Amino acid sequence: MEQLLQHLVNAIILGSTYALLGIGLTFIFGIMRVVNFAHGELYTFGAYMVYLFSVILGVNFLLAIAIAIVLGVLLGAAIEYTLLRKLRGADVDTTMLVMIGAWIIMQNGEQLIWSGVAKSIPTPFPEEPLSLGLVSVAWSRVFVFVVAIALIILAQTIIQRTRLGKAMRATFQDRDTAALMGININVIYLATFALGSGLASAAGALLGPIFIVMPTMGNLAVLKAFAIVILGGLGNMKGAAIGGFVLALVEEFGAGYVSSGYRDAMGFLLIILVLMVKPTGLFARSERIG
Amino acid sequence: MTTTMQWLFVAALAGLPLVMHDQYFFHVLIMMGIFTIGAMSLNLLLGYTGQLSLGHVAFFGIGAYTSALVSLGFDIQITETYTFVLAPKPAWFSLICSVTLAGLCGWFIGKLSFRVRGAYFVIVTISFAEVVRLVALNWVDLTEGPMALNNIPPLATALPGFDSGPLQRKIVNYYIVLGVAVFSFLVIKRIIQSRLGRAMVALRENEALAKSVGIDVTRYLVLAAIASAAIAGAAGGLYAHYVRIVDPDVFLFIYTVTMVIMVVSGGKGTLAGPVVGGVIFGLLPEFLRGHTVPEVQWMIYGALMILIVYFLPQGIVPAVNKWWTAYRSKRDQVVATNVSLGRNPQEQEG
Repeated sequence: MEQLLQHLVNAIILGSTYALLGIGLTFIFGIMRVVNFAHGELYTFGAYMVYLFSVILGVNFLLAIAIAIVLGVLLGAAIEYTLLRKLRGADVDTTMLVMIGAWIIMQNGEQLIWSGVAKSIPTPFPEEPLSLGLVSVAWSRVFVFVVAIALIILAQTIIQRTRLGKAMRATFQDRDTAALMGININVIYLATFALGSGLASAAGALLGPIFIVMPTMGNLAVLKAFAIVILGGLGNMKGAAIGGFVLALVEEFGAGYVSSGYRDAMGFLLIILVLMVKPTGLFARSERIG
Repeated sequence: MTTTMQWLFVAALAGLPLVMHDQYFFHVLIMMGIFTIGAMSLNLLLGYTGQLSLGHVAFFGIGAYTSALVSLGFDIQITETYTFVLAPKPAWFSLICSVTLAGLCGWFIGKLSFRVRGAYFVIVTISFAEVVRLVALNWVDLTEGPMALNNIPPLATALPGFDSGPLQRKIVNYYIVLGVAVFSFLVIKRIIQSRLGRAMVALRENEALAKSVGIDVTRYLVLAAIASAAIAGAAGGLYAHYVRIVDPDVFLFIYTVTMVIMVVSGGKGTLAGPVVGGVIFGLLPEFLRGHTVPEVQWMIYGALMILIVYFLPQGIVPAVNKWWTAYRSKRDQVVATNVSLGRNPQEQEG
């Protein structure tokens, strides 16, 4: 029972960052129809930026995370502007190939700059875990959970409550009509990619200090993000949030009760199963964003 | 490229051992050949049926592991009392096994994944490759996991009288790879020119229309997947017997990317495309090796991929063909006759 609860708590904390990753990816796909293979690299980028600012430059830990998120947003905007803008209207496969190219360049760039040696980032939180009756949680993980949930709510608010978000939702429904209504599609695409990238970077910035930071950490992250997005249905943000938690639960319990070696395989088996049974994802009722 | 040119190209490759006596040179050509075979098989799916399969390395890896395990022998404990034991088999037999098993996996995965299209299909295929990689990594009793399968018997010793020196062995391996490559090319060519090939192209161009004229879409897609997987399995088998060590890294996504770059740069949906792409991207790392570190080399790969998508979206072979037909049509009216015969010069001559 204790073990079960502990797994559950771990899964919920991990799930919050998975949700962050998944929402960013599904958002980009939903609006831009781009399968963003560079998503995992933005995740890695976020982690390295925290390392750079917090460990090398000695900036305050919390500030370093904020800087990493902002830089992730800027990098996303730069990628959209340089690589994707010219490919407006190209098919999914074409943009996918370009993003795979970007992914290779970024990952090897990281390898070149930071070398393949794993880095760890110390956190300013107390070593003593937070004890909640039967289970205990490290404070650094509590922090990750709180920030991740806050960011998810922030992203949701931007999409549901702001003018920009309204324009994004309109573009999602019908790009051409939205353009006819005077929405500047280029701005929307730029904002979409930047926001999605910022979320990925945030996930990396939050998880980096908990795990270790290395150039290849993005590979599994991007594949898991795909798994999450498929679970929720491509382009479905609520689905992606739930998908993130589902994947974390399956992984955590799979690793705990079946086999820890196959931890990372759980997600992929889940995708294959979901697509066999319900190809539109678990939570897709109709195609809409928000 | 006409048939004559194709045979001249093969003859030139076959004649290389007469003039070159460098072991490393042949090593590069062998690896290039193995990946070109992989790229040709991927082209069946990516180029002709239009399905972007990013899990292709799974079939390559399954081929490599099957070949390695069958030639080394293995045992699997099925129940407490019963253990399945396979004695080591000759290398040529294990190569056939790898083709067969990869083909079977192609059938299975095709059946499963062709229920979905587009981005979903891409992600299912990646997932499949990842699952297979994790199985290879974790099923240590069978695959030795990260410790890798070592001392895989080479194919080259299967031919008597050739086993004299390292250069000799390289050359025998070279001919084996060349032979398999030519055979695969002919098989693919035969498929493309058959009813199956026409059905594949039809459903690539317009799936709904293809369906409406009575083409059983799923059936043809699965057939294409079987052929493609079997050839990729052959490439994997060759790899295992040549490198003689197989570890879970053969399933790395980057190998799929290499094959995709070869197909896309050469020209997807053309017969010569993967060969041209395979030669370029098989030799490029060797040219870059002396000048840069591997990271920069990969970055150049990535940049080239982006540039190709921007500037040569159809690939090199169609671009050259286009230029060539334009040149010829100026000289005489060959194109006009081709059109009146209902032939599409780009499809036929690629």
